[in-house]
Amino acid sequence: MVELQGIPVSPGVAIGPALVLDADGYRIPRCLVAADEAEDEYARLSEAVDFVSARLETNRLETSAAAGNSTGDIFAAQLQMLHDPRLHAELGRRIRDDHQSAPYAVSRVLNNYATALRRLDNPLLADRAEDVLDIEKQLLFELGAVTRQPLADLSEPVIVLAHGLTPSETASLDRRYVRGFCTETGGPGGHTAIVAKGLELPAVVGIGPFLDSVNSAASVIVDGDRGRVIIDPDEQVLREYRKRLADRRSLTARLAELKDLPAETADGLKLQLSANIEFPSEAEGCLQRGADGIGLYRTEFLYLSSDREPSEEDHYEAYSQVVREMDGRPVVIRTLDLGADKMGKRPLAENEHNPSLGLRSIRLSLRNSNLFRPQLRAILRAAVHGDIRIMFPLITTISELRQARMLLNVVAEDLQDSGIPYRSDIPVGMMVEVPAAVVMLDVFAHEVDFFSIGTNDLAQYTLAVDRSNEYVANLYQSCDPAVLRLIAHSVEVANANNIPISVCGEMSSNPARALLLIGLGVRCLSVPPSALHRLKKAIRSVTREQCEQIAERVMKLQTAKDVDLYLLDRLEALVPELIVS
Amino acid sequence: MTNDSSLSTIVVVRNPQGLHARPADMLVRLANQFDSTIKIGKGSEHVDCKSILSLLTLGAAAGTELSISAFGSDADAAIQAIVELFEAGFHEMNDDEE
Repeated sequence: MVELQGIPVSPGVAIGPALVLDADGYRIPRCLVAADEAEDEYARLSEAVDFVSARLETNRLETSAAAGNSTGDIFAAQLQMLHDPRLHAELGRRIRDDHQSAPYAVSRVLNNYATALRRLDNPLLADRAEDVLDIEKQLLFELGAVTRQPLADLSEPVIVLAHGLTPSETASLDRRYVRGFCTETGGPGGHTAIVAKGLELPAVVGIGPFLDSVNSAASVIVDGDRGRVIIDPDEQVLREYRKRLADRRSLTARLAELKDLPAETADGLKLQLSANIEFPSEAEGCLQRGADGIGLYRTEFLYLSSDREPSEEDHYEAYSQVVREMDGRPVVIRTLDLGADKMGKRPLAENEHNPSLGLRSIRLSLRNSNLFRPQLRAILRAAVHGDIRIMFPLITTISELRQARMLLNVVAEDLQDSGIPYRSDIPVGMMVEVPAAVVMLDVFAHEVDFFSIGTNDLAQYTLAVDRSNEYVANLYQSCDPAVLRLIAHSVEVANANNIPISVCGEMSSNPARALLLIGLGVRCLSVPPSALHRLKKAIRSVTREQCEQIAERVMKLQTAKDVDLYLLDRLEALVPELIVS
Repeated sequence: MTNDSSLSTIVVVRNPQGLHARPADMLVRLANQFDSTIKIGKGSEHVDCKSILSLLTLGAAAGTELSISAFGSDADAAIQAIVELFEAGFHEMNDDEE
């Protein structure tokens, strides 16, 4: 049994067999051969090397003939790599002495070289990593180990173990079979984490190197509550976790009974409890769980899930589906928030040293109107089908807001001229996630219909911490008193100006923090669908006065840790049912 | 024949793009013509001169000083040939094809 500690990013417990992915998504499980088969395994490798060698030689001759010797020499270098004495010494050691399977040894050794090359501060050499990985693939293919079985072809439940997963890779995991995942890299606020939460997949990230020691036959427990991963658990641990899994299921079942009850406090304060979604298909689940609306529809995944740019029609279809499904309930669509770690395959900006402070989100949209206009048009067109509201992300200055609104008006006029059905009287709001906007919020209050606080980015920009950087991720605390003061100020200004303000960041999905927000005067919360029932349970268990007492006390605390400990203590006292072991 | 010797010297990477794939390939091919064990490295990191992957992972850019040592019957000739290859900038000083 091996216990690993990482960062919990999506709650829940999952138990199942390991599926180890290498960097390219190939499935090369750590596999051992019997001691007396090691020689045969090595012979198998030699045969594969001969095949690949012959192919590279053919490539070299053909390419040299067609494009000149210097181009053909690319393959000469690859041939040299394939026959590298150090490489063969290492492969021989792993196969003959450690009895590793040839495919596993090949995959590990060549990936190690590729990683070493990528780390060099020399782009020309870093690119050679691709040559090394190309050799790896060819060898794996000859060894019959490249299963060509992407994650989409699963047929039994698995826990995915990977070096890293991108948000779109995470989004494409097959929910029928993938029960949870854990990765070596990643941080708590990254978008992979958000997607995992959206898909309700228990997940632990930022574990550090561990894949090397995992056997493909291993069974794995992912504890997404505590950030723990257990490889080959012993009987007792397995029993404990099976019990926790059962307890959680029964809690989930009990909470589900709340779905038709309103989100109001014990003393009758009515709150708006909405859901955050990324995919139109999630709308149905939100309704089933009694969401009052969609408080945040993240539209980035339209861009990330496909290679080509989404067309106006792609946008329109997605938005129309959501708003129709929500049947009159409000749907807040946030415009393109791409950039930073959400970059799709298109190079929207290159060589940004500091992407979080770079060309992202509304800045990117305003700079690329060919990207932005189709989205704006689609939103106005889809508004015909229900209560759509538009929200601009990362607004920092009032002129950005004015530019975005102006573009929206221009687009509306275009639609008018073309006689396409649309609605332009939709509420326009902005995300409050940059400290500058918080400071100037009274100015913004005259020019928007609603605010929504994005606690993730607000904390990142307030604390100067990149939340997806594993080296500083621990410094990212959304309950830092500085962040809380900015939130409190925003709520005060919004309420004084009668502008609705909601909180849609990850902060609101934590029941204890949600009670704090209510105490600060927040009346609208938007959370991942999976958190709706828990939140409702928390809200219905407390009074407005209790929330206000929590807020009053918290605002006197000086560290994030004190805040979190106090909040946990209050939650235990007020809503003990939500505390699961 | 039994006259093994151990020699070492310092060379400088002269070709503008450093010790990338093609020069590394040439260097390995040259080293393979000799029986001697040949090590090459910078600082305390010394690798097998007959291993292209090791050479590449040195990441030696233009201007890098590398020390070369050879041990074996033809160590003398090996060092001399390798020094010449480095001096000639791997014959690609004005080569911007890659």
